[in-house]
Amino acid sequence: MANGIGLIGRAGPQGRGALLTALIMLPPALAVFTLFVVLPIGEAAWYSVFNWDGFGIPTRFLGLTNYISVLGNTTFTSAVIHNFLIIGVSLALQLPLALGMALLLSRNRIGTVTFRLIFFMPYILADVAAGLIWRFVFDGDYGLVSGISKLLGGGPVYLLADPHLAFSAVLVVVVWKYFGFYMMLYIAGMQSIDRGLYEAAEIDGASALQRFRHITIPQLGPMIRLSIFFSIVGSLQFFDMIVPLTGGGPLNSTHTMVSFLYYFGITRMRVGFGSAIGVILFVVCVTFAFGYRRLFMRHD
Amino acid sequence: MAAAIARLAILALVAAIVLVPLLATAIGGFKDIGELRTHPFSLPSHWLWSNYWGMLTGHFYWRVLVNSLVIALLTVALTLIVSSLAAFAFAHLHFFGMRYLLNYLLLGLLFPAATAILPLFIKVRDLGLLNTYWGVILPQVAFGLGMSILLLRNAFKQLPHELLDAALVDGCGYFRYFFYVTLPLSRPIMSTVGIIIFVASWNNFLLPLIILNSESRYPWPLGLMVFQGQYSTAWQLVLAFITLTILPAIAMFLLAQRHVVAGLTAGAVKG
Repeated sequence: MANGIGLIGRAGPQGRGALLTALIMLPPALAVFTLFVVLPIGEAAWYSVFNWDGFGIPTRFLGLTNYISVLGNTTFTSAVIHNFLIIGVSLALQLPLALGMALLLSRNRIGTVTFRLIFFMPYILADVAAGLIWRFVFDGDYGLVSGISKLLGGGPVYLLADPHLAFSAVLVVVVWKYFGFYMMLYIAGMQSIDRGLYEAAEIDGASALQRFRHITIPQLGPMIRLSIFFSIVGSLQFFDMIVPLTGGGPLNSTHTMVSFLYYFGITRMRVGFGSAIGVILFVVCVTFAFGYRRLFMRHD
Repeated sequence: MAAAIARLAILALVAAIVLVPLLATAIGGFKDIGELRTHPFSLPSHWLWSNYWGMLTGHFYWRVLVNSLVIALLTVALTLIVSSLAAFAFAHLHFFGMRYLLNYLLLGLLFPAATAILPLFIKVRDLGLLNTYWGVILPQVAFGLGMSILLLRNAFKQLPHELLDAALVDGCGYFRYFFYVTLPLSRPIMSTVGIIIFVASWNNFLLPLIILNSESRYPWPLGLMVFQGQYSTAWQLVLAFITLTILPAIAMFLLAQRHVVAGLTAGAVKG
């Protein structure tokens, strides 16, 4: 039986009460959401076809010029490549590392809880703090990497000052910060696998590798697909850590899409240009989210 | 036996890579700049408490923490109120169009706040909220609504159906039911949502960076960047300041680890 009653359904005190309730309970959420999420997205599309400094009313109509100059900007294209590098490293290094650690820590043995806590700890730190910690680690004069290099008889290493190496350094921090979160997801997934499956496989003589390949991986499927989804979404919007680590430098060699938006659109108050970047990012994220869900997560 | 040792060796190695930067940061805050340069790995020859003590007795550190706390608590409170009301309606009331409204609110899950950040800045400015707490809080609430409503609605729906039917028959209205039955029975999910929203607000950087422009209102991530900008040549002070600012999060994490881990992962999975 339905609780709330349709408009045409049973009329009566409950029906009217339900309607009144809905009319009181829903508007706050709808208003806040419309004002601060939906309208800005729509306005981004509107502003993106103007040349506007944010004051008065946008009048200098440009058509698609902003989009053309964003897409033709070599710093932007390198930023897109960086976003894809983060995705690549997340999928090729971070998630396998997380899975490996989850396998070692899924069952309760001595020290398991402590290791889980340690690995999860970087995840709760703000990106800004993590970025600054690693800026110190990578610092050529005071940092740990240089320290190791000097211990081994080499000279100081200025990783973040080298346009060819700086982004690799950023990628290290990404893995360091986030693998523990995915490890926790995998552990949660592994703990809900029916132990009977493993026992049956063991009786049938399946090796550890076979059990991993034919039980753990398929049973973990939904969680793996989810973790891939999260790491791609996270990679696409990667920003906070760029500011403390490199600020996009040296020579604009470490931008991501959002840091490009920040340094080239927001700090210079180029509203039209920045909005065009936002719209591009929006299209990429929504297309990905819909496509991925439809293709890979239909049954999860 | 060999396998157990190999396992522990791998775990210890990864744990060392995770912990060394954190420990080096905390310990570096006890050194002076010369020792930091010459002995990056050793313990300080004498522990220099003045770096930390100077900040703890100063004004700036407490100011940014209080700002972060106020913004985070108000964000959590407002998100919980607004989203639990909406989630209740979506869980129990079935009018034409409710599905569309729900899907509308869930659109927010598909893209990050960064996509609309410039128009958001202009909106907040036009509302006169630039450089105020509310200019940060309201957009944070708006972007947290989708996930909160989804989690709360799923939880509300799982409460036994018969309870509501019986209550309605006995003349209890929806609002009383909401306050006296739904909310008390939903404390675990409310605290999960609260933790997720709190952590997101506590660590938020981009939004306050754009909305706030006076240091007296900066939350700690912005304060950290300001401090680093001012003392960029004095790493020992920056390290001490980083340590002090991440301390509350780490302390909270260690005290309530079960809730934090379960909350943050469950939020991801169910959302």
